[in-house]
Amino acid sequence: MTDQHIATQDNDHHDHDSHHGPAKGWRRWLFTTNHKDIGTLYLTLSFILMFVAGTMALLVRTELFEPGKVLLNPEFFNQMTTFHGLIMVFGVIMPAMAGLANWMIPMMIGAQDMALPRLNNWSFWLLPFAFTMLMSTFLMSGNAPDFGWTFYAPLSTTYAPKSTDFFIFSVHLMGLSSILAALNIVVTIFNMRAPAMTWMKLPMFVWSWLVTAFLLLAVMPVLAGCVTMMLMDRHFGTSFFNAAGGGDPVLFQHVFWFFGHPEVYILILPGFGVISSIIPTFSRKPLFGYHAMVYATVIIALLGLVVWVHHMFTTGAPMDAQLFFMYATMLISVPTGIKVFNWTATIFKGSLSFETPMLFALGFLVMFTIGGLSGLMISLVPSDYQYRDSYFIVAHFHYVLVSGSLFTIIAAVYYWLPKWTGRMYSERLGQWHFWLTTIGMNVTFMPMHFLGLAGMPRRIPDYALQFTDFNQICTVGAFIFGFAQLIFLYIVVMSCFSKRFPAATSQVWEGAHGLEWTIPSPAPYHTFETPPDLATVNAAAPQLE
Amino acid sequence: MRRIFLFVLTSFFAIAALATPGINMPVGVTPVSQEIYRLHMAAFYVCCVIGAGVFGVLIYSLIAFRKSKGAKAVHFHEHLGLEIVWTTIPFLILVALAIPATIVLSHIHNTDQSGLTVKITGYQWRWKYEYLDQNISFFSDLSTTQDQINNKAAKSPWFLLEVDHPLVVPVHTKVRLLVTADDVIHAWWVPELGVKQDAIPGFVNENWMMIEKTGTYRGQCGELCGLNHAFMPIVVEAVSPSDFAKWVTAHQARVKGDHS
Amino acid sequence: MSNHQKSHKRLTLILVCGVLLMFGFAYMLVPLYKLICQKEGINGRSGATASSMAGLSIDTTRTIKVTFLTTLHQHLPFTFKPVKPFLLIHPGERKLIYFYAENKTGHDMTVQAVPSITPGDAARFLKKTECFCFTQQYFFKGEKADMPVYFFVDPAIPSSIKEITLSYTLFDVGDFLKKQQHFTKGRIDL
Ligand SMILES: [Cu+2]
Ligand SMILES: [Cu+2]
Repeated sequence: MTDQHIATQDNDHHDHDSHHGPAKGWRRWLFTTNHKDIGTLYLTLSFILMFVAGTMALLVRTELFEPGKVLLNPEFFNQMTTFHGLIMVFGVIMPAMAGLANWMIPMMIGAQDMALPRLNNWSFWLLPFAFTMLMSTFLMSGNAPDFGWTFYAPLSTTYAPKSTDFFIFSVHLMGLSSILAALNIVVTIFNMRAPAMTWMKLPMFVWSWLVTAFLLLAVMPVLAGCVTMMLMDRHFGTSFFNAAGGGDPVLFQHVFWFFGHPEVYILILPGFGVISSIIPTFSRKPLFGYHAMVYATVIIALLGLVVWVHHMFTTGAPMDAQLFFMYATMLISVPTGIKVFNWTATIFKGSLSFETPMLFALGFLVMFTIGGLSGLMISLVPSDYQYRDSYFIVAHFHYVLVSGSLFTIIAAVYYWLPKWTGRMYSERLGQWHFWLTTIGMNVTFMPMHFLGLAGMPRRIPDYALQFTDFNQICTVGAFIFGFAQLIFLYIVVMSCFSKRFPAATSQVWEGAHGLEWTIPSPAPYHTFETPPDLATVNAAAPQLE
Repeated sequence: MRRIFLFVLTSFFAIAALATPGINMPVGVTPVSQEIYRLHMAAFYVCCVIGAGVFGVLIYSLIAFRKSKGAKAVHFHEHLGLEIVWTTIPFLILVALAIPATIVLSHIHNTDQSGLTVKITGYQWRWKYEYLDQNISFFSDLSTTQDQINNKAAKSPWFLLEVDHPLVVPVHTKVRLLVTADDVIHAWWVPELGVKQDAIPGFVNENWMMIEKTGTYRGQCGELCGLNHAFMPIVVEAVSPSDFAKWVTAHQARVKGDHS
Repeated sequence: MSNHQKSHKRLTLILVCGVLLMFGFAYMLVPLYKLICQKEGINGRSGATASSMAGLSIDTTRTIKVTFLTTLHQHLPFTFKPVKPFLLIHPGERKLIYFYAENKTGHDMTVQAVPSITPGDAARFLKKTECFCFTQQYFFKGEKADMPVYFFVDPAIPSSIKEITLSYTLFDVGDFLKKQQHFTKGRIDL
């Protein structure tokens, strides 16, 4: 990639002497303030961690292949489920979305870079430290954190291994990183838009990220507060979560889920934005209901702040509280439904082609709908008594997160990869990747619905005999799913480093609209040093008619 | 694409058709579990209808509007009426679901007089049952052997779902459950009884069950509680009131015998 | 350019303030939660403070069974039992119940009883004018005492509620000592 950037740098050489090309070697990456470099760093870290957390998931699935001990003892199993969740959420999805934001938002709004480039460098480089610290707990005496990614007190305070303090600090660092990134994104979108880029011309991806960034700013500090209280309970004699000193373990869950539920939308909303770019492109038709989509996104985020107790229906809340949170949760399916219906209406009477990004977008649409519908079932308090903490929940949130986040990230990578590297990827392998991933995903997670309904609790390393058949299917699916990602790795590496595939045009996709498609592929190191004019901006916003 | 849709649709209808145990939520043996089951199925069918609608339009579009078949895009992209329609209809469906859910919930919160009170305490990693009025109290431990878990012995049919001392309760009696924990949070969950209640150290939660059929009902701890979370099952034996009275007498006699 | 920089600075500052505010909000959740718990009776927390029963009249048409329950946290070597397993009470009527406690630890000890009232829907209606759980309790080695609770049921309680459980979990609070140790108000030493 380095040569390509240097090569294009020459064509792009204006008489700005303040703008040099990238530095050489490792210094380029360590000191970079360029949004494209930082985007690449985020995406690379996310890609590496995806294989780490994916391997952990495969270990979990191996242990669950049959009843009785297979491979892992319960301590290590609990550490694997904990780390799989933590890394997937904080190390894979959030950095990948931040990487996409870094790469695309300046290009989509006609800005030359992020508003606070040096801060941008910091917000990325905090992450490798955070994850090194988190992973180092495996080398410590005693267990690594083993209390699940939701780390409920008192299991994570009074009863936790010593290494929990490192976990707490690494969560602080991750939180700080996300807050800085979100700050930067908000300032960029507010202040750096091309003069002609008014609010209702913003691409949906930018809108989604703006809303996400506000959610991050609102709830990441609460997570920081939550783990700080844990730290104080562990070492400084407070008792926020300990009944003996006047605290309450249920309070932990309130603080955690006040962060935790909006976090779900933090993981998904940027993906919604990606889909709102891809589906119109391959339907060759503008996004249906742009305004409704914007409002729906904002409403989802606002409602998402007042539904957190739906994770805690079995903790013994009074009935009126349960009812309030049930109604609020059910209500979220209205704006979510609006999104699904508008995407479907965009496809309707389009002129469809099925390149890999579109396949992943359609896969998202189908599986996210399934996950959304099971979410509606879970919102009903009485039924939730049976679903809570069973595999039904595991199935539900994997349908939502694998499609809503992972599929959308993969779709985004295929969609914008030619813009980043200047070369197309192997379409044939991309199709293989999609079909194997989709089949693997459904074979893995569909049977989990049945397991949960039949009474299998989550987070158990061993299970009763009647759960054997479905667990074996799940494990087979998981390995197909995992194998498929190796194809993805190969495709991306080839597109970055091999010259075998054809060079991409600046438009790349026939039906694509948006400012990012008006600049050459690969995108020059510096773009939009002069903001695009009104005509360019308007031509890039098909919702204007 | 179509293959996936077929797979998804068939698996959805598979659940609907096969209401066999092991694939769907058990109907259960208490009024609450049965009401929950009916609510669950109603919600499931509603989801099927919505899913069929969305996927129907999607599948049709994916077949009919392919560029390779010469489809030309029709440029429309805003329609207020449609937006209002697909805001209102889902909202009405939600109201229709919320009503039965609220009714069932009010039944769960019913606080009629109970015939028996059992205090349940979760420990790392066992349950303790105390019959408040009968002065009976005992621990209930997993009875599956370590050899079975380590694959050194043949697994019993109720591998990991068997205990040394089950909770014995009479049928047709409202049993009040007072649930708490000693160390970390656990959850007392028996699917067929429609009860899942978190056990929280320092606080007591209340739930109840009225079992309509004698038999043995099994469940597990529902909240991650550390190392042996998978190894603290729950077994409830529902017996006739006269058998229960006999069990109580026998148990009390045995405890007295142990003391003298 | 400098104009740009200035507006970046201003917006960043506003957002940072928002972030700090939200961090504070996480801590605000603690008193907020306690307040809501007291109002709504979540976890029986309404039972942790004294209430007044001024202006209540006794509703003799209804009788509610109040069961008492005790738990010793982590096998604390204490005896801790209500002197009666339950009481029948009319809404609006005040009753007194003693809990017997004996320190069998072999040394002096401070304990705290954490109250919990179920069902959750009833918790906010069972109120206390005086309770040994309002403060920590100091016990000499081998000391035995009856500790009082004066309580009443608010007549506003829904008529569907016929049974209430008042339970206490006794904790060793050696790590959380409060200033007012040796507090033994109303206790009958045995
Ligand atoms: Cu949630
Ligand atoms: Cu458990």
